[in-house]
Amino acid sequence: MLLPSARGPMGTALHALLLTAAPTSPDAVLPPGLAPALDPAAAPDPEDAAQCLWVLHELHYRGFADVDDAWEWAPQLMTLRQGLEQDLERRLRERFAAGWEPVDSADDASALVQRIIEADDAPSLARHLQRRGTREQALALLRQRSLYHLKEADPTSWVVPRLTARPKAALVEVQFDEYGGGDPARLHHHLFEQGMAAAGLEPDYGHYVGEATLPILEQNNAVSMFGLQRRLRGAAVGHFAAFEATSSVPSRQLAQGLRRLGIGEDMAGYYDEHVEADAVHEHLALVGVCGALVEEEPGLLADVALGAWTCLDLEARTAHDMLARWDAA
Amino acid sequence: MTRPGPEPTARVVEGDPVRLPCAGGPLLLRGAAVVETSDGVRHPTTRPVSALCRCGRSAIAPWCDATHKLLPAADRPV
Repeated sequence: MLLPSARGPMGTALHALLLTAAPTSPDAVLPPGLAPALDPAAAPDPEDAAQCLWVLHELHYRGFADVDDAWEWAPQLMTLRQGLEQDLERRLRERFAAGWEPVDSADDASALVQRIIEADDAPSLARHLQRRGTREQALALLRQRSLYHLKEADPTSWVVPRLTARPKAALVEVQFDEYGGGDPARLHHHLFEQGMAAAGLEPDYGHYVGEATLPILEQNNAVSMFGLQRRLRGAAVGHFAAFEATSSVPSRQLAQGLRRLGIGEDMAGYYDEHVEADAVHEHLALVGVCGALVEEEPGLLADVALGAWTCLDLEARTAHDMLARWDAA
Repeated sequence: MTRPGPEPTARVVEGDPVRLPCAGGPLLLRGAAVVETSDGVRHPTTRPVSALCRCGRSAIAPWCDATHKLLPAADRPV
């Protein structure tokens, strides 16, 4: 993957920096064009800032062919990433505080995440595409989803070494299945790649970031931030559980919609796999991962709820945004 | 309809998987196994943990497809 086109002045300044050789001196400073990322009063363009954070996170995944790998841990990028992540985390916590009741520290983690899921009343993109959506809408959604599905399960893998034995064993049991149980042909992000190619889409990792909407960029940035920050491991597993527990039924609806629209058997097959896999993962994630984590680290309960609620909130924002674009609300 | 009992709609005929029942949902099987449906067809597990349908409504029986979540609480497995 090459660096995408910048969305605004912050991206232009960041990409100009990344296209130079990484600094060898620890006291290198950020160019002035990146100062707004560190100034809460500067109010940079949200899509410009969100894509910058996405680019910074990608340096920790597969990087960019036109960027020196040594930028990954450059001190001035850590400062920049911290500024952008602080802004994102503040927004996510404010939304959670406004949208959900204060967490009772005596609550059961699995039951709490299930209540958060049951309270979700957002419109469903899967149901829309199952019944009424057009082929163009389905392809547009697949391009948006490709940002995550082409690295599916990877953000959660950052969490593994931060856990104690019980939640770690449960998480890795799910991840092993996500990664195909030893068979690359069953690996989920590989299945999505094949589905995209068969549907006539470009399966290259990160290819469609340029058209990613703000809610999609926020979804991806949130899950990367939760995974990369050990401090936020509770939010990471809460997000993971809410994601797995709300995937099986919509995956069936999407598979039906994709078949109705003739998008291709490969992509429908990707969603078929998620009907069956996530019906299993749901229970392992809720009880085995979230439940066990909070039993061992009770102080993480509120962040588990934050992660679960944020997962559903960002999906709700994505659904409202896409349906409004399609004039189908 | 009568409320489904705690037993899945297929039975394990090979293997000795760990059984993990989920309240209101499927029976998880951890480990390789072969299950047999009432029509005599044998279905081997294909993943490290599999979910056996207990509500009787799955479209991919004998495996769970989360259809139990769409049922009224009184119709879900015990």
